[in-house]
Amino acid sequence: MNLHEYQAREILARHGIPLPGGAVATTPEEARAIAARLGGPVVVKAQVHAGGRGKAGGVKLARDAAEAAAHASRILGMTIKGLTVRQVLVAPAADIASESYVGVIVDRASQRPVLMVSGAGGIDIEEVAARTPDRIHRLAVDPRYGLLPHQALGLALHLYRDVGQARAAADIMRKLYAAVYAVGASLAEINPLATTPDGQVIALDAKVVIDDNELERHPEIAALRDATAEAPSEVAAREAGLTFIKLEGSVGCCVNGAGLAMATMDLVKYYGGEPANFLDIGGSSNPRKVVDALRIITADPTVRAILFNIFGGITRCDDVANGIVEATRQLRLTVPLVIRLTGTNEELAVRILTEAGFSALTDMDEAVKQAVAQAGA
Amino acid sequence: MSVFLDQNTRLVVQGITGRDGSFHTRQMISYGTKVVAGVTPGKGGQLFDGVVPIFDTVADAVRETRANTAVIYVPAAAAASAVFEAADAGLGLVVCITEGIPVLDMTRVLPYLHERGARLIGPNCPGLISPGKSKVGIIPGNICQPGRIGVVSRSGTLTYEIVHQLSTQGYGQSTCIGIGGDPLIGTSFIHCLSAFQADAGTDAVVMIGEIGGTDEQQAAEFVTQAMTKPVIGFVAGQTAPPGRRMGHAGAIISGSSGTAAEKMAAFERAGISVMRRPADVVPLLKERL
Repeated sequence: MNLHEYQAREILARHGIPLPGGAVATTPEEARAIAARLGGPVVVKAQVHAGGRGKAGGVKLARDAAEAAAHASRILGMTIKGLTVRQVLVAPAADIASESYVGVIVDRASQRPVLMVSGAGGIDIEEVAARTPDRIHRLAVDPRYGLLPHQALGLALHLYRDVGQARAAADIMRKLYAAVYAVGASLAEINPLATTPDGQVIALDAKVVIDDNELERHPEIAALRDATAEAPSEVAAREAGLTFIKLEGSVGCCVNGAGLAMATMDLVKYYGGEPANFLDIGGSSNPRKVVDALRIITADPTVRAILFNIFGGITRCDDVANGIVEATRQLRLTVPLVIRLTGTNEELAVRILTEAGFSALTDMDEAVKQAVAQAGA
Repeated sequence: MSVFLDQNTRLVVQGITGRDGSFHTRQMISYGTKVVAGVTPGKGGQLFDGVVPIFDTVADAVRETRANTAVIYVPAAAAASAVFEAADAGLGLVVCITEGIPVLDMTRVLPYLHERGARLIGPNCPGLISPGKSKVGIIPGNICQPGRIGVVSRSGTLTYEIVHQLSTQGYGQSTCIGIGGDPLIGTSFIHCLSAFQADAGTDAVVMIGEIGGTDEQQAAEFVTQAMTKPVIGFVAGQTAPPGRRMGHAGAIISGSSGTAAEKMAAFERAGISVMRRPADVVPLLKERL
């Protein structure tokens, strides 16, 4: 789950990381009031789950409260990468003497949390990694002991010559590392970590991504979810216990299992079609899920055919068949349905579907070809 | 022959009285797996289905039954703890079916297992099966056939699809291993390839990968250096958009890294025959055997 910048800043501030104050506004008037309270120049920043906010015009510097209100009125309601801006962060515009990058990721190759730092801060760290990998310093941390003081200082000395500043940065790194485990983050970044003209080290921007598997034991973090920042169909799917990702094509896909769902989408493409979505109905045998799945897929007007691909193992084909029959009773289907079922209770499923006036296939390639043809017609 | 699992596997089921644990325990027993014990704290002394003794702890189960392998069906919130417990009880092989274990928990679990010399398969995996001998996990036994093809995969139902193609066209399997769809897993492709290379009962390996991470690229490197047996590969997620988790927690393209295209290219460079679709598996095997 992605957090907004203002939410990430609150988490880091709670862990003792120095950040200039600021607050979130949903109207130009609120932005004006926050800027007036802060005094001096402020930065007004769009709060959306998208990178490149600055380039899109979603980050503006304001000299005073009136200008902050004017910027907020332009940024609020603006669309960045398909997402509507509903909130802006208003924060003091700090004078900056230098910028660095500090991040914690869970690294798949070393299977450890890894601290990454770079003197090239304030820009896209992936670009730095691709173009000048020697400008990034990494340290795999032993999670049993955490980030040790000398390790943090060693990293910080790559960023600062001044030992006082290096100590301050090392302290921030250890707090960032602690925050990762405290909130269940899979990524936490400070970019930039800045020095002010008077030599202080502060965090100016924060990004935190939460591991979805942590949400159950961190209800206070789960409550930070901003459903308005997600596609409505994906919100509905999550509430129904389904994994759904909307794509641009015309062949709706309803599959059991994530790997088979991806392979089905790939096969749609292989036979000249475009998948409309990724949808995994999961491993359970619950006809209700099939009804919910069909409701979500059919709500998409770009879908011109729907393909079911079910490999019955734990999932029983007859349960899926019952779900399909039930769903078509409840919903008015206006697009053709192509059904492929094989495995556990396949014969029973075919009988249920045939009696309800549907036909069912057992071969995956044949089913995908038919669905692509129907979507093209 | 087979890898990781055979007639000598003596299984303890953690979470044997739960909904999933009880269902799959019955499936495993009817397949012929030697399920020697179950563990549910508070139910020690009872019998599961009148046959399998239940213990309060894994250590008790191991001491009383000489179990050598554990399978975990407990809910995500307790699953990491169940893996620690299995490792502490001295089990050499731990198979964790549970989906939804936080990745930070795994950063602590994996070094713990490593220090005790225990192998973890999973989490978030369907387990493994050596057809005709034993199965541990949830792979449907009826789609598998005994034979000489090794199968290793990050997926569940996609594996069944490909195994089904193999079985119905005369290619049985030595062992099928689902290594799991999470970003941090106990057993990688390389561990499995290495075991299949050493197994006299395996003639060729089918490797089923997906987007996310670099496990496939490392496996390709291993194939170049250490495999003499033919390898057939598939990568799911060619149409997956970047930055989105495709169901599995580990199936995500980060920036431009972890794409299906780069993995398929790595496979080809390593001399792995690349399937464009699941139905290609048998034709490619015929070319290579």
